Amino acid sequence: MSTARDMGLVTCTTCAKVWPMEQDRCGRCGHRLKSRQSNSLQWVWAFWFTGLLVYFPANLYPMLVTETLTGTQSGTIVGGAIEIAHHGDVGIAAIVLFASVVIPVAKFIAIAYLAISVQRGSAKRLHQKMHLYEVVEFVGRWSMIDVFVVAILSALVQLSVVASIHPGSAALTFALSVIFTMLSARSFDTRLIWDSHDVRVSEPQ
Amino acid sequence: MPDVAGPIQDPMPQVVDTEQLIGCPNCDEVYRAQMPRNGERAVCDRCSTVLIASREGAGLRILALSIAVLILVVAASFHPFLSINAAGIGNKVSLLDVATSFRSGLLVLVSVATVLLIVGLPAVRVGLLIYVIAPMELGHRAAPYARRAFRLAQELKPWSMTEVFSIGCAVALVKVSDLASLHFGPAFWMFTALSIIVVVSDRYMCSWSIWKAIEVSEAEANPADSQTEQAPT
Ligand SMILES: [Zn+2]
Ligand SMILES: [Zn+2]
Repeated sequence: MSTARDMGLVTCTTCAKVWPMEQDRCGRCGHRLKSRQSNSLQWVWAFWFTGLLVYFPANLYPMLVTETLTGTQSGTIVGGAIEIAHHGDVGIAAIVLFASVVIPVAKFIAIAYLAISVQRGSAKRLHQKMHLYEVVEFVGRWSMIDVFVVAILSALVQLSVVASIHPGSAALTFALSVIFTMLSARSFDTRLIWDSHDVRVSEPQ
Repeated sequence: MPDVAGPIQDPMPQVVDTEQLIGCPNCDEVYRAQMPRNGERAVCDRCSTVLIASREGAGLRILALSIAVLILVVAASFHPFLSINAAGIGNKVSLLDVATSFRSGLLVLVSVATVLLIVGLPAVRVGLLIYVIAPMELGHRAAPYARRAFRLAQELKPWSMTEVFSIGCAVALVKVSDLASLHFGPAFWMFTALSIIVVVSDRYMCSWSIWKAIEVSEAEANPADSQTEQAPT
């Protein structure tokens, strides 16, 4: 087993081609070559905190404002899901709750866990960490469901006085939160996970 | 370099010719690049990332599926995906309506982002794939800027969210079910179909094979000034 870094080489993260360490751009795809994204964790944390910062107002302010003949109603993310459950559509309510509460919260925790364990140089459960990262990458986009629902409904439900729906401010902050956590996950250099393994293996010798 | 069938794992020789190597983008492990047998995948020993997945005719399939997606995306943008009816008043919306339904201030960004993620970026991505793959499949040299186009297509992948939108429509339908009756329009079914096609097409996508094909195609067209430093074999 030998890594590109051990061999004095650098791997292009876009196209997987290997180059001498001195080279700074991939000769095949033009991507910038870096043996490790040394400031990767700084970016991860910067996006992580920004995402978290906008996640709070996203949950406190209304996502949807519904105007009907009987009055105006505004619902937050969780409130909206509970309302759907009251109508008897528990399955759909579960999807909404899962996509807009469980996934974002789990994502914040997972990214923080990965970043901290890399900072500590932990060499345990490397495969599980890699797998966790892949899940985070795959699942993040699904949190956009609620934002899409708001956009759809506010275009669709414009029935003069009978009913109309407008987006609330949480629609924007929630969308930003999803985008920032996606950027946070994408800034994470997974090679850092495996480096801690190399350190541990080479120490006793 | 002959592409030898078989597993790519091989103990690393000390002196290396980087032309023949492939590195794992996720864990930095280096291997000697050998194309696996048709239908097989070369997987990183260490972190299980799929490095190469060779499939005969993959290029042609991706091309066909990408053209289908592009046609569906364009068609679906103009047709209504949901219609509503309440107290005799009805409304139908297409994605163009979503894009142009912007009202108050900053929330414009929400509708713009929605349309971008659902139709804009997916359309650009398949457009780039067609641009890169079509000339090579037709036996011409790679299109100008093919490398840049393919890299951009790869970077756009996580930002195209057609399949998320299909579920979003279903949630919307339930959400206002007591307010009014909603029905799926033709565009909803087009979106569902194209979401499936995108997933299938991405399964055929092997970045390594396409990069190789671009290199080969450019080298054949003008062998004199091949862009990569040629190491003698
Ligand atoms: Zn590259
Ligand atoms: Zn690997």
